[in-house]
Amino acid sequence: MQTLAYPCCEKCNHTASTPCRDYIKCRVEGPLCHDDPDCKQKRQDFLAKMYDPEGLTKQILICTGTGCVSSGSQRLIELVREELVKRNLDETVRVRSTGCHGFCEQGPIVIIEPDKTFYTKVKPSDITEIIETDIVGGNKVDRLLYRDPVSGESAVTYETVNFYAKQNRIILNNCGQINPERISQYMAKKGYQALEKVLQTMKPEEVIEEVKKAGLRGRGGAGFPTWLKWNLCRKAQGDKKYVICNADEGDPGAFMDRSVLEGDPHAVIEGMLIGAYAIGADEGYVYCRAEYPLAIERLKIAISQAEKNGLLGKNILNSGFNFHLKIKAGAGAFVCGEETALIASIEGKRGMPKVRPPYPAEKGLWGKPTNINNVETWANVPHILRNGADWYCQFGTPKSKGTKIFALTGKVNNTGLVEVPMGISLREIIFDIGGGIKGNHTFKAVQIGGPSGGCIPEELLDLPVDFDSLSEVGAMIGSGGLVILDDTTCMVDIARFFLTFTQKESCGKCTPCREGTKRMLEILTRITKGEGKPEDLENLETLAGVIKKTSLCGLGQTSPNPVLATLRYFREEYEIHIREKRCPAHACTALLQYHIDNEKCKRCGVCAKNCPVGCIFGDKNNPYEIDSQNCIQCHTCIDKCKFKAITVS
Amino acid sequence: MQWIQLKIDDKKIRVPEKTTILEACRMNNILIPTLCHDPELTNWGACRLCVVEVEGMRNLVTSCTMEVQQGMVVRTSTPDIREARKTILELIVANHDIDCLTCEKMGECELSKYAYEYGVKKDVFQGAKREYELDDSNPFIIRDLNKCILCGKCVRACAEIQVNHVLDYSKRGFETQVGPAFHLPYGESDCVFCGSCLAVCPVGALTEKQMAGKGRPWEVKKIQTTCPFCGTGCNFDLNVRDNKVVGVTSNPGSPVNGRALCVKGRFGVEYIHSPNRLITPMIRKNGELVEAEWYEALELIAERFKTIKEQYGSDSLAALSSARCTNEENYLMQKFMRAVIGTNNVDHCART
Amino acid sequence: MCQSCGKGHKDLHVDLKQIKLKEKIDAYRGEAGSLIPVLQEAQDIYGYLPEETMKMVAKEMKIPVAEVFGVATFYSQFRFTPTGRNVIRVCMGTACHVRGGLKVLKALERELDIKAGETTGDGKFTLETVACIGACGLAPVISINNKVFGNLTSEMVPGILEKFE
Repeated sequence: MQTLAYPCCEKCNHTASTPCRDYIKCRVEGPLCHDDPDCKQKRQDFLAKMYDPEGLTKQILICTGTGCVSSGSQRLIELVREELVKRNLDETVRVRSTGCHGFCEQGPIVIIEPDKTFYTKVKPSDITEIIETDIVGGNKVDRLLYRDPVSGESAVTYETVNFYAKQNRIILNNCGQINPERISQYMAKKGYQALEKVLQTMKPEEVIEEVKKAGLRGRGGAGFPTWLKWNLCRKAQGDKKYVICNADEGDPGAFMDRSVLEGDPHAVIEGMLIGAYAIGADEGYVYCRAEYPLAIERLKIAISQAEKNGLLGKNILNSGFNFHLKIKAGAGAFVCGEETALIASIEGKRGMPKVRPPYPAEKGLWGKPTNINNVETWANVPHILRNGADWYCQFGTPKSKGTKIFALTGKVNNTGLVEVPMGISLREIIFDIGGGIKGNHTFKAVQIGGPSGGCIPEELLDLPVDFDSLSEVGAMIGSGGLVILDDTTCMVDIARFFLTFTQKESCGKCTPCREGTKRMLEILTRITKGEGKPEDLENLETLAGVIKKTSLCGLGQTSPNPVLATLRYFREEYEIHIREKRCPAHACTALLQYHIDNEKCKRCGVCAKNCPVGCIFGDKNNPYEIDSQNCIQCHTCIDKCKFKAITVS
Repeated sequence: MQWIQLKIDDKKIRVPEKTTILEACRMNNILIPTLCHDPELTNWGACRLCVVEVEGMRNLVTSCTMEVQQGMVVRTSTPDIREARKTILELIVANHDIDCLTCEKMGECELSKYAYEYGVKKDVFQGAKREYELDDSNPFIIRDLNKCILCGKCVRACAEIQVNHVLDYSKRGFETQVGPAFHLPYGESDCVFCGSCLAVCPVGALTEKQMAGKGRPWEVKKIQTTCPFCGTGCNFDLNVRDNKVVGVTSNPGSPVNGRALCVKGRFGVEYIHSPNRLITPMIRKNGELVEAEWYEALELIAERFKTIKEQYGSDSLAALSSARCTNEENYLMQKFMRAVIGTNNVDHCART
Repeated sequence: MCQSCGKGHKDLHVDLKQIKLKEKIDAYRGEAGSLIPVLQEAQDIYGYLPEETMKMVAKEMKIPVAEVFGVATFYSQFRFTPTGRNVIRVCMGTACHVRGGLKVLKALERELDIKAGETTGDGKFTLETVACIGACGLAPVISINNKVFGNLTSEMVPGILEKFE
């Protein structure tokens, strides 16, 4: 028996073609079809070895999420393995590659279990020291421990790292703990137990009822009640139904779905299985954006393992329920996150949204009733069914239950994925978990919900984060991107950034979105160049209103939100750009003028040498000057000047 | 069939189920502007001009796609709706080549009709405009993408009426355009020049080359007629100005063909006023064809038929009729051959 | 021997890439909605989508060529000109934007002397922008041949480019 997924002995004859009802229980607790204490022991030994609470064996967990891989974690795994072999420790110390820990900025992350030691930014040259000092010597490598940016104290275990301490990781729990390429490790973490329970003991209606009781709402944007969506699809007429996982996480600034797929793909598969059973679907698709090659790879592995173990395919767990799952890779179009566009894309067409009604629940993929949920929503489902709705309801607020994963990025000390109960305040997320603003800057706003969301200013930071409170102030949870902006961020520029994005990603089908976002962008561009006109703001508002009310799909309808929200809370900034032709945040480069202060300048010439466009002139005898006509406002001269002689105005 | 009761602009209305709001309005003479809608094509819901307010819905809805429901309350002309429509028109106009003075569509242009109705000026939104070269590569259709409003009717007409699917959208967003694959000109594509796209284009993006400069819509008289090219019996309107046929336009009321026509029917009008056209029978005399009177020609034919029949027998004659003839004409032809000539030698060009 | 027809003549008269693509198309035959995966395979084989290839896909899959072209030009993943040996993608996501992604792009453009969307004259690099790579924690990031480089500054650009042939 190599892993939990393998049979214990010859008596076990579970295969995909001869499925057993109690397969999952059998794999975790020991054989049920025959009584053999040895077999039972084998399984328990295996579990003990994997998750050893007493710490008899040490484990080195190395993150292989996209973030840490790009910081070099693959090389670390090789080095650790070599080092362990060299010291004859390879039998006693396990090395595991895991999914994303969410704290990508500190990557590559190495964790030593069972001590929970949390090493950050580990370089290949650190490996020998970690093995020698920690694994062999039993001491910590202090310089690699995470240091709190506020207190300056180092955290020995990840539990004491503020970033993790205040989180409530349910969906992300397996990410960073298990090897996502091993189904057995998912099983050891109670994986597929919810599916077994559902197939053995629950009717489809009861599953929907449980999800209703849990109050699960869609994590992809608008927060539509999941049970209602399932129920509509279940009740729709049709002999063939589909379920789809929307993994087209296109929001620039959100990456929780990628992390879940990379770190815990089986949870999504299990969620889809349960949903398909409840709805009466026997076929499903995961539509994953092509920009996530690792997520697609891990999903492929997970699907093939689930198929081999009879958890996907025909007569799953001998229940008579069939479900086949396929992956469709997107081809680069943000609009395909919209349900009807996503369906068009799976059908091999241009990803242009269709008018609703009819809704996908009645007429979706190939005209058949179809249910679409996003990655995070599907990943919530096994937890609800395994632990019950009552358990789930203890997290969150009365109307927004459970937890939500946010991608905390921008000008904040700790960037990464955070999972928190709904209803927590933004202040807690940004200042407690995120460790506050980077450098000597002050908080200005938080952009939430990506291109469909809005900006929330300082005075609203105590607002509870849930579906309803946010929409009241002109923002939305959206996919859960939280981009922290500080005093060096210009709000007009941010609005322009999002409009550039939506404009580029507009499918071009309907007039208001295709033509309207272009005109809004042109107006915003003018303002950031100091060419704004007094009537511009009114025009922006009119256009925004019409685009919101008349666009064909949700993406068009929400595309003016970043402009409307910034206008609502930072109108003054727009007015300064228009009236005084200046950018208070010094971010709109076209409005910046670089000057060299003659008194401070030592005529060293470093600025001129480094200027990429060669627009600084001068020499030992003549004072240096910047030719503002050719200056590209790249800031290089300021960075290079040791005497702080160059200023921006 | 179930009947649906609803209220549109405070008026109680009863229509059959599955009717769209737009259809219900049009049945009751309530005007709704549309650019991408066409009763013969699939609903597309893209131009958003036909938006109306439905009580209980968060946003405005497109009346062309939304079906009526029992007890629905619809408003079609609130200030909100008019503002939305006006802005949409302003947006379209901002990216449309305002070349109305010489535009062939002037007078029949849907865009200018609605712009007039909603008081739309051309310079509200200024900025980037599409700039494409004129496609003048073929003898029939002039394609000016700078006037295209991307309503997609031509794409649907090509796919759904002609089932040729030469046209489709390409690129996306502001750069979206409509046309054959690889942005080829019509002349180099697989276009069969049925002109269905021409018949549905609401603006001057697709216009007929032969009719260019030959008269404004209000100057031509439309005379419905049956196409003489084959026996299908397609109807269309001859566009006549100063007693001269200047072109053909589809007549949506044609019972046989609707607006569909083939290249010959739509564009083959040149011969009508051609100097080379035969207008009297010709008889070869002394090796040369000379004009003759009808009675003279018919007499000659009758006489020669008789001689041949007497000399060589009935079966030495045969008749071949044409698909350009009607059923009745074809019937008469075979009757004549069998009863008068006495032979079964009849055939037809479309037999195989 | 000619690999396509098995005859003994010296020169290949059929493009091997085309044969490979034909095999891929055959593998998808009968599967609904496979135009996009087929185009992805075609781009993997050719590095971009030549006109002839799109025509062949249309013919083999019995899809109007206008539709194939329409689908291909809709999705930003598809290219219609050959790329350089290394493809650089600069992330334009929000996190990268507020942390100076534009400066990295400018530095790349300066260093390579091309604009985004272009390929260097020696065919070494193609520079593209993408909406979001999803490595926001490391912003600003770029990816070269799908390998992600994070926490960049414009000064780091030349050093990274040096590593590529």
